[in-house]
Amino acid sequence: MDTKVVLSLKDITKRYPGVLALDHVSLDFLEGEVHALLGENGAGKSTLIKAVAGAIDLDGGIVHIGNHDYNQMTPHLSRSLGIEVIYQEFNLVPTLSAAENIFLGDRIAKSFLVDFKTMKSRTKEIFGLFRVDIDPGALVRDLSPAQQQIVEIAKAVSKNVRILIMDEPSAPLSVSEVDRMFEIIRQLKQKDVTVIYISHRLEEVFRISDRVTVMRDGRYVATKLTKDTSRKELISLMVGRELTEVYPNRASTPTETAIEIKHLSGNGDRDISFSVKKGEIVGLSGLVGSGRTELAMLLCGAVPLEGGEIWVDGKPVKMRSPADAKKAKIGLLPEDRKGHGLFLEMGVKWNICFPIIRGLSKNGVVDRKKETQIAQKYKEQLDIRTPSLEQRVINLSGGNQQKVVLAKSLAAESNILIFDEPTRGIDVGAKQEIYKLMCELANNGSAIIMISSDMEELLGMSDRIIVLSEGEMAGEVKREQFSQDYILDLASGTF
Amino acid sequence: MNNQPAFLSSLRGKIGLMMRKYAPQMILLVLLILFSFLSPKFMTLFNMTILVRQVSFAAISAVGVMFVMISGGIDLSIGSQIVFTNIVLSIMLAYAHVPLILAIPITLLMGTVLGVINGFLSIKLKIHPLIITLGTASIYKGLGYIVAQARNIMGFPDSFRVFGQGYLWKIPVPVVIMIVIALIASFILNRTYFGRHVFALGGNEEAARLAGVNVNRMKVTLFALCGFISAITSVLLLSRVFAGQVSTGQGIEFDCLTAALLGGISFKGGEGSVFGLMTGILIIGVLNNAMQLASFPDFSQNVVKGAVLLIAVGFDQYQKTRKAKETIARVPVQG
Repeated sequence: MDTKVVLSLKDITKRYPGVLALDHVSLDFLEGEVHALLGENGAGKSTLIKAVAGAIDLDGGIVHIGNHDYNQMTPHLSRSLGIEVIYQEFNLVPTLSAAENIFLGDRIAKSFLVDFKTMKSRTKEIFGLFRVDIDPGALVRDLSPAQQQIVEIAKAVSKNVRILIMDEPSAPLSVSEVDRMFEIIRQLKQKDVTVIYISHRLEEVFRISDRVTVMRDGRYVATKLTKDTSRKELISLMVGRELTEVYPNRASTPTETAIEIKHLSGNGDRDISFSVKKGEIVGLSGLVGSGRTELAMLLCGAVPLEGGEIWVDGKPVKMRSPADAKKAKIGLLPEDRKGHGLFLEMGVKWNICFPIIRGLSKNGVVDRKKETQIAQKYKEQLDIRTPSLEQRVINLSGGNQQKVVLAKSLAAESNILIFDEPTRGIDVGAKQEIYKLMCELANNGSAIIMISSDMEELLGMSDRIIVLSEGEMAGEVKREQFSQDYILDLASGTF
Repeated sequence: MNNQPAFLSSLRGKIGLMMRKYAPQMILLVLLILFSFLSPKFMTLFNMTILVRQVSFAAISAVGVMFVMISGGIDLSIGSQIVFTNIVLSIMLAYAHVPLILAIPITLLMGTVLGVINGFLSIKLKIHPLIITLGTASIYKGLGYIVAQARNIMGFPDSFRVFGQGYLWKIPVPVVIMIVIALIASFILNRTYFGRHVFALGGNEEAARLAGVNVNRMKVTLFALCGFISAITSVLLLSRVFAGQVSTGQGIEFDCLTAALLGGISFKGGEGSVFGLMTGILIIGVLNNAMQLASFPDFSQNVVKGAVLLIAVGFDQYQKTRKAKETIARVPVQG
């Protein structure tokens, strides 16, 4: 194998307020290799890519490429050096054709008129390379996610790509589509294109990559030849840190069933059944797109059910709207706190009391004394750090915003709580507090469903873990059987 | 003397904050002072009474529009609603001799129904209310013209004069009604849960929905309210003009919108106050009145009004972007 180094990173460092996102990362990429980047959420994979693509400014380190050292990349520079990135969110214009998207920004023109004919024929050429049959004139919005991705790849190839970076490319694809994508990657490899492949699906890493680099907490951990390593080794490298976050002990002994879900379908999920007892924390695991948040949306009445039943306290609940969920004392702490959980421009008190504001009113007029009392109570109970109850929540930190969302549910006296990615975007100290609060709630008899992509947190907090895969139940794992490996296997549908 | 610059800058910050918060009021004050100097006829009790009565009609309608705007919507059809209800009320009074006690409630109901239609269309078609009400505006106005058949409808009972032309302790009746409606609206917005829901809808519709607010019902209710209030304006205007004409009420939505925007009610929704709205209305009133006193030609009045709107809203937007930048700079530090 050719061992020419095409891209070499030296001591790349990137600081965000409060976080060292990249901590002196050094790494070489070889010509014509498929190099997988592996790591948990927050390991720094995406930040590293952005550093190479010039999407962020570096706080230190050198990018060595083509006999030049750069201590700062820009998107334009990175492009001109033959680096192309396919982000998770496609960068396509839905209302333009495939061909127009591929040559967006290039001048393919006869005088001042766009030369559609050349554009289309060149697009056909590129598609031909991949042996795919997409009409160059088709509008991107009419293409499937897989086809859109091919357009993305074609766009990169048309730019004479030397290094192609793919961020979680398989996320929107079905199994057979992934196969085709791999085929395209192999063809690119034959043309000596270096592919940097980011994924958390181990199975794919083993199928496609030549070498694999593991990152953790913004640091480089190790690079292995894929053929010389094992699943087990990679997982231990990925999450091998000692449990620095201590998960609080819980004393509760789950007794009665709080919520039972029977053959629930809708919102892309099919036939899901499980129950949660009072005082229990049940984790919900699965890959991106496995239908976890979709399930949460069903349970809180945000999306209509297509089938199945939800029983609360031994009685079936008609779930037609979020108001029904509220009545059944089901509260959601949404993944997208800012978009779904908070009124950012409004004050802390305003937010906390919003769901119960009608109940706080007499003849329609809000009892402002009671309102302040309730807000004050939860501010103290949850230790929400804010200069005043009138402070607009947009000015609070992520952790305190999350507490406001929790206070909303608690004020509504919800005792079945769904936490969707409760600690995403929250710093370590505040994470601990959220964990503690969750445990306290469980100890006091709340039933908690916790959705999380952070495996360690899920294992540390849950009594049981339900694993979803492609909208279906892939299994239920009891505490005694907890293992990262097993759950990842279930989630990726290996069984 | 290390403290002094910090002290000064905090003072400056406070003044800046006040300026930002009360910018519309400052503009109004400046205009009032300016015109008092320019014309001795301006700052008289007589002229002020006329000024306020001139804008009271638009002010009442603007309250309805404000509710819709705070909830994140918009209603461009109120002028056309007035055209329609105005003509129907004229016919009821002059031709059908329907007694006032019946004709007025019917008119208010009609206005409400027109609003409900706007609301239903906007939730069923899921199109932005801007487009919905642009469409219904044309329809309502057209219906008004059809019913009117190019007639100038006259012959109302004299007792009908009181609403638009009467006085209550030397205050014109429409002004009294404007004040009452403004006070009620302010109370509803600030003190009732309904008011909270209005702000919530404009602030974050999805969060409001997830918190159990029946978003669709709210939208229809708000359009209905807007229609109801515009029907009040319609009754007052007819009483004032005392002849049923299709020109009555046309274009009133532009004054309402301008007032709302001048008063700090944004198109985005989620913010606004009756105080701000009334300030906006008075700014328009002052400009109209002063330019009439100075016998400005109509066309230049339009130019001035438009320019004031753009300057005021542009300034507001500039302040907001600055505020947003400050927020972004501040947030991470808090950690």
